[in-house]
Amino acid sequence: MLRLELRPQASRTMTFVAPLLAIAATVAAGGVLFAALGFAPLPALATFFLSPLGDLYGVTEWLLKATPLAIIACALALGFRGNVWNIGAEGQLIAGAIAAGGTALALYEVSGLWVLPTVLLAGVVGGAAWAAIPALLRIRFHANEILTSLMLNYVAVLLLAWLVHGPWRSPEGYNFPETRMFTDSALMPLLVEGMRLHVGVLFAPLVAVVAWVILSRSFLGFQIKVIGMTPAAGSYAGFGPNRVIAFTLMFGGGMAGLAGAMEITGPIGQLVPTVSPGYGYTAIIAAFLGRLHPIGILLAALLLALTYMGGDAAQIALGVPLAVTQVFQGMILFFLLAADVLIRYRVRLSLPHGARR
Amino acid sequence: MSVPVPPPRLALKGITKRYPGCLANDGIDLAVMPGECHALLGENGAGKSTLVKIVYGVLQADEGEILWEGEPVRIDNPAAARKLGIGMVFQHFSLFESMTVTENVALGTGDPSPLPELGRRVAEVSARYGLALDPERRVADLSVGERQRVEIVRCLLQDPKLLIMDEPTSVLTPQEAEALFETLRRLIAEGRSILYISHKLAEIRVLCEAATVLRGGRLAGRCDPRRETAASLARLMIGADLAPPVREEGTAETGAPRLVVDRLSLAPLVPFATPLADISFTVRAGEIFGIAGVAGNGQAELLGTLSGETLVAVPEAIRIDGEAVGQMGPRRRRERGMGFVPEERLGRGAVPDMSLADNALLSAHKAGGMLKRGLIRFSRARSFAEKVIDTFHVAATGPGAAARSLSGGNLQKFIVGREILQNPRLLIVAQPTWGVDAGAAAAIHRDLIALAEGGTAVLVVSQDLDELFAICDRIAVMSHGRLSPAQPARATSVEQIGMLMGGVFHLDGESRNAEA
Repeated sequence: MLRLELRPQASRTMTFVAPLLAIAATVAAGGVLFAALGFAPLPALATFFLSPLGDLYGVTEWLLKATPLAIIACALALGFRGNVWNIGAEGQLIAGAIAAGGTALALYEVSGLWVLPTVLLAGVVGGAAWAAIPALLRIRFHANEILTSLMLNYVAVLLLAWLVHGPWRSPEGYNFPETRMFTDSALMPLLVEGMRLHVGVLFAPLVAVVAWVILSRSFLGFQIKVIGMTPAAGSYAGFGPNRVIAFTLMFGGGMAGLAGAMEITGPIGQLVPTVSPGYGYTAIIAAFLGRLHPIGILLAALLLALTYMGGDAAQIALGVPLAVTQVFQGMILFFLLAADVLIRYRVRLSLPHGARR
Repeated sequence: MSVPVPPPRLALKGITKRYPGCLANDGIDLAVMPGECHALLGENGAGKSTLVKIVYGVLQADEGEILWEGEPVRIDNPAAARKLGIGMVFQHFSLFESMTVTENVALGTGDPSPLPELGRRVAEVSARYGLALDPERRVADLSVGERQRVEIVRCLLQDPKLLIMDEPTSVLTPQEAEALFETLRRLIAEGRSILYISHKLAEIRVLCEAATVLRGGRLAGRCDPRRETAASLARLMIGADLAPPVREEGTAETGAPRLVVDRLSLAPLVPFATPLADISFTVRAGEIFGIAGVAGNGQAELLGTLSGETLVAVPEAIRIDGEAVGQMGPRRRRERGMGFVPEERLGRGAVPDMSLADNALLSAHKAGGMLKRGLIRFSRARSFAEKVIDTFHVAATGPGAAARSLSGGNLQKFIVGREILQNPRLLIVAQPTWGVDAGAAAAIHRDLIALAEGGTAVLVVSQDLDELFAICDRIAVMSHGRLSPAQPARATSVEQIGMLMGGVFHLDGESRNAEA
């Protein structure tokens, strides 16, 4: 009989082994899934995980998709360390896209080097403002930020839909729900000619370094960790929980807004009803898979970006629905939560009778 | 004697219990006779709690044998223990605040009889053993002493042959404790056995006729406490002689007022919290001021307002060196020279999973100059922690050791040392030696006295009257959210303080006995 036994202290090794176990279990379960659908498991898995990276285009697309995941997850991790559960990065991404898009449209046909930075900054401010709502509700009314930030995601989706169907619809767009294409001064410069990868990819390591400095070197990060681990000790030391709530939510929102701004000024080039394939949600998985540490998160973001690519590849090559991406992401989270039990517990084999405690 | 000697009611043979990295009980033998009050003595961490938890079926021994009235038994869980006739009154009560005494008894015993019938039996048992208790009252309205009576009555209703009491007087006033001893003597007269856990030597000497002493998980000795002195018992318990702290006659009366609390009142913040009513006192430079009282009489609330975790409406109600600080948080009060040692040392005074260096940062970041433009100077935090460890003889592997890896006494030495090394002008300490071994307690007392002699104003809030009498210049008592006038420690007796702990504030010496 298998039994879980509490470890005397949390295992540090398991903290790092658990994500690897989860990934291995996901690959195995994915193989079973493909077999059940009638595909040979190994070639199907190769289609999913390896084929997307076969050429330069694949690699650039991979980095393009990993960028928003890494930026958002690094910022969210600060909040998660401090017990601030921002589940609203998707909405904050959209709010950032709206603010950036609005700015880009207002500066339509204005040229100058300052246009793009202004547009990106508007995205940061828009995302942070959207996140300020759950921050205010939590601080002022003790409303749970998990619920409020999550609910605001749907509000942001509808707000964007209304704008692109209504006031901001392109006059030359044949009634399609989309804005005008932004002009060149509002678009991200490309990094590799002929590919969609833009200079925004450099923001990912930059945000990771900033998050690392805050978390590991700054007194603010120390306060976040104290409040997250032991709120009573934070209260004893006089660390204001409200400042941590406001900062982590708005930093998360601001970075999600930046990611949204870079999506519409990068690969999309205009505002459309759907500006994100769920980056704000997937980033939550990336944050936990990366152990809430910036370096881990960069790696996790690359893996999760691969599931988007793999979904596309599997749809084309095998004819399975695109939802296979969500299935793999869900399995990673599911197995990660299961494997994390091993950090605090160990598995013991015991005889069914005569067992002594 | 002509009659054959009966077997012991309870006999333990070679009980051993291991935890990862620690041998909690190492081959312990113990025998409790019928009609005997048997003391289990030992310091915190000596293995007393582990041993009684094994007897009560909460834990299982790794090795050894339990004999109940001469028969080997297995006690798999507390229900099995109760079935044998073993009852236990825990140090921490498990009562539902919003329910009545009878309802709590019904829930605790699983007694299916109708509530009025059960209430009658509660009244009957409490009358028979002198445990004044109203079965219809809500537990939230009861004092700590009354709550303990609920727990005792709950045990007695099951007619136990052996009653285990874990540090029962730690929550009682001296008068309440005396009443409890009377009850226990009646139980012994009926032939019941009592296993009495304590580290208070005086009460064991008046109550128990046999004692088993544990030290570091091992059997340190057996004795008849009536024939021992407190000093000889202490030597058995600690394994060494301890010099009691010496408090010289201070200049307390003349020192400048450092902390002034002036008509402080506070409405309850959460249900069942004690409101504070009109509290006034002054702590002067060079003085150790003690606040006594049974837990739950508003000390936690008062400490919250003093530390700055709870802000008070009238800023002038709390003044440090004449400055109104009632609206200032903990960090601003620290900047004004206040140090604070909270009661809950692991989880408030220190973050369990952080290193000692990080825990130095927690409260000493400003005084220790550990910050520069918002970034942490880790080397300063480390060297500060190292200095605390060296100066206050903290047994730890170094500044990198996690706070939770320290024993209670060593962590307390670290926290007290961390506050003292910041050179506070005012130090507030809650329960300085609660759950701390005697050696560490003596060291902490010496440090507090030395600090006061250096001119710091020290406020000690404690439930331990012996401690307060040993180190304080003046003592005031909290009861029901009020604070008595302060008494000079040398001119006050334990009995007088005990009266105040019961809430009798404004009586002079003559009318005391009549009133009681």
